[in-house]
Amino acid sequence: MMTDTDVAARATGASGAGGDTAGPPAAESGRGRRLPAWAAPVAVLAVALTLPFSTLHVPGLFEGALNSAPTLHLLAFCLVFGGLATSYDLLYGRVGLLSFGHALYFACGAYVAALLMRVVELPLVWSALIAVVGGTLLSLVLGAVSLRVNGIALAMVTLAFAQAGSILVARDPGRVTGGEEGLSLNTDMVPDAFVGVVNTVNLYWLAVAYAAVAVGVVWWLTSSPVGRVWRGIRANEQRVAVLGINPHPYKLAAFTVGGGLASLGGVTYLLVTGGVTPGITTAEFTLTLLVMVALGGAGTRWGPLLGAALYTYADHRLLQLGSSEAFTALPAWIAAPLSQPLFILGTLFVLMVFFFPGGLVALPGRVRSAIRDRKAART
Amino acid sequence: MSTVILLVVTGFGLGALYFLIASGLSLIFGLMDVLNFAHGAFLAIGAYGTWWAANFLPGAGPDGLGFLLAVTFGVAAGTLAATLVELCVIRPLYGRHREQILATVGLSLAVPALIQAVWGADPLTFPKPELVSGTVSLLDVHIPRDRFLLILAAVAVFTVLWLFNSRTRYGLIVRAGVQDRAMVTALGIDVRRSFTLVFAIGGAAAALAGSLGGLYFGVVTPTQGLSLLVFAFIVVVIGGTTSLTGCAIASVAVGLIQQFANYYTVAGLGDIAVVIVLALVLLTRQGGLTSKKSAERVA
Repeated sequence: MMTDTDVAARATGASGAGGDTAGPPAAESGRGRRLPAWAAPVAVLAVALTLPFSTLHVPGLFEGALNSAPTLHLLAFCLVFGGLATSYDLLYGRVGLLSFGHALYFACGAYVAALLMRVVELPLVWSALIAVVGGTLLSLVLGAVSLRVNGIALAMVTLAFAQAGSILVARDPGRVTGGEEGLSLNTDMVPDAFVGVVNTVNLYWLAVAYAAVAVGVVWWLTSSPVGRVWRGIRANEQRVAVLGINPHPYKLAAFTVGGGLASLGGVTYLLVTGGVTPGITTAEFTLTLLVMVALGGAGTRWGPLLGAALYTYADHRLLQLGSSEAFTALPAWIAAPLSQPLFILGTLFVLMVFFFPGGLVALPGRVRSAIRDRKAART
Repeated sequence: MSTVILLVVTGFGLGALYFLIASGLSLIFGLMDVLNFAHGAFLAIGAYGTWWAANFLPGAGPDGLGFLLAVTFGVAAGTLAATLVELCVIRPLYGRHREQILATVGLSLAVPALIQAVWGADPLTFPKPELVSGTVSLLDVHIPRDRFLLILAAVAVFTVLWLFNSRTRYGLIVRAGVQDRAMVTALGIDVRRSFTLVFAIGGAAAALAGSLGGLYFGVVTPTQGLSLLVFAFIVVVIGGTTSLTGCAIASVAVGLIQQFANYYTVAGLGDIAVVIVLALVLLTRQGGLTSKKSAERVA
């Protein structure tokens, strides 16, 4: 599993580990003077924050203007999943832990917050706080148990725990989780600024804030000394242990931080969608997270965010396309499979694993090196 | 007492279903280190293949010999799918375990979606042959007949696999490969050749589980495979990947625990009890039962 992303990620990571995050990434310093490292995140954040003020029409990409409610809603979705995928990448891409239970912590955040607002009628702030703390504690406890095993066994065990959560929600003990139908948000407990289609823009900003927090925490931690140990664990856990560092607390820390960020994402998701459905508890949901991360590029700075945003966008748009007129005109045997976004995305993903390992973020580098190789071959 | 007998037989039936899925899974995992998420897809292909054959294939039908033909068709479809997956998807990625897992994850999402596109998301009623419908009286307990069919099928598969493992040359290579693949390769035997075989066997067993699972649950749905697969994973972790017997015992244990806990406590708790047992196994047997191998083989 030594792909070029690994190398690229290690190169960028090594520069970040220098202590100050302001230094230019090593990969880029070779090509003369560049913008400082904070320029790109700040620019992206500025664009994301000011987007709702634009009335630009992007035909083909979005229906309606950029600041119309449906477009902002879709973008908010992309950002929530972007943050969630980044938190998953902390485990998968940064530490190399193959967890299949991330949906559990996301669902924990969403369901606990929804239940507290609905049953106990706690205001949003307290519900959110308890949900995030609960999700973090849950991931701490379950992480402590499941990190006793490694590799594939870890994948199976986390999957099993998540399945237990999924079953719990679906079976609906005491008629609180709403079973198949899920729960709707109790809007009485939510500030008016986050309720209704008129306020979609506020929900969008909330999603921007969540994505920024998730990305910021992951970047900050991976450039800290802890992040250096994480990289060591990913490269060779035994060697880290031989060097006198016990890998277990470091892995548990990554697991807990990832779980905490995921439950924060669950609360954001609850507000953006106005409810929760059991779909977010399933193993399938975690698998789509894995697809998002691998699509963008595991263990890279922008990869998970980019992959998740693209995946979510494609999922929504393909569903719309599937019911459009151009589609129903096609013969049934072509139209039927194409109307299933998961079929298209799953197939694309398998192809991507073959032809673009390392994900979208690694693509420009691959193209560059291909061009360089061709030039070298010519001379 | 009668409830206990019913629960035991049903638990064994469910365990048989788990065994059919887990045996192939643990064989593939043990030999190739591939955590095969596409196994649920093979199961779905087997189930829908059987359903389709029973309804539309000439000669096959929902009853008697026709049903046998339908099951054969379903199993053949599952075997073919597994062989194709191994040849086209897994083989080019040999030695890259994480990519192999990712590819099977992609398949596990795409195949049920394809099935859903063709036959819809709603559960389809599965044909039930005369022979296995209704109940059998055993010690004054009425037990559904399909449970016995499941147990019989699992015993048959166990016997065949056991004979294959202990009596044939390929079985010997597979067993040796599970224990130490590098050494077998060093002895001049190309273990990779047996990979396709193992995948085909696993696919056939999973497809059979799909057909019989259709009988057991009465309906088939596109996503049935993934939820059964999770319990099969639990069986593999508890039973270990080195022995077929361990896998069988773990299957039965998981099936029985699930049935008893579901009956005597709240419904749904049985499924969670299984997860608790898994956690206990991991905590008491330091590092779990499969850890000796998997610790060295981080994907």
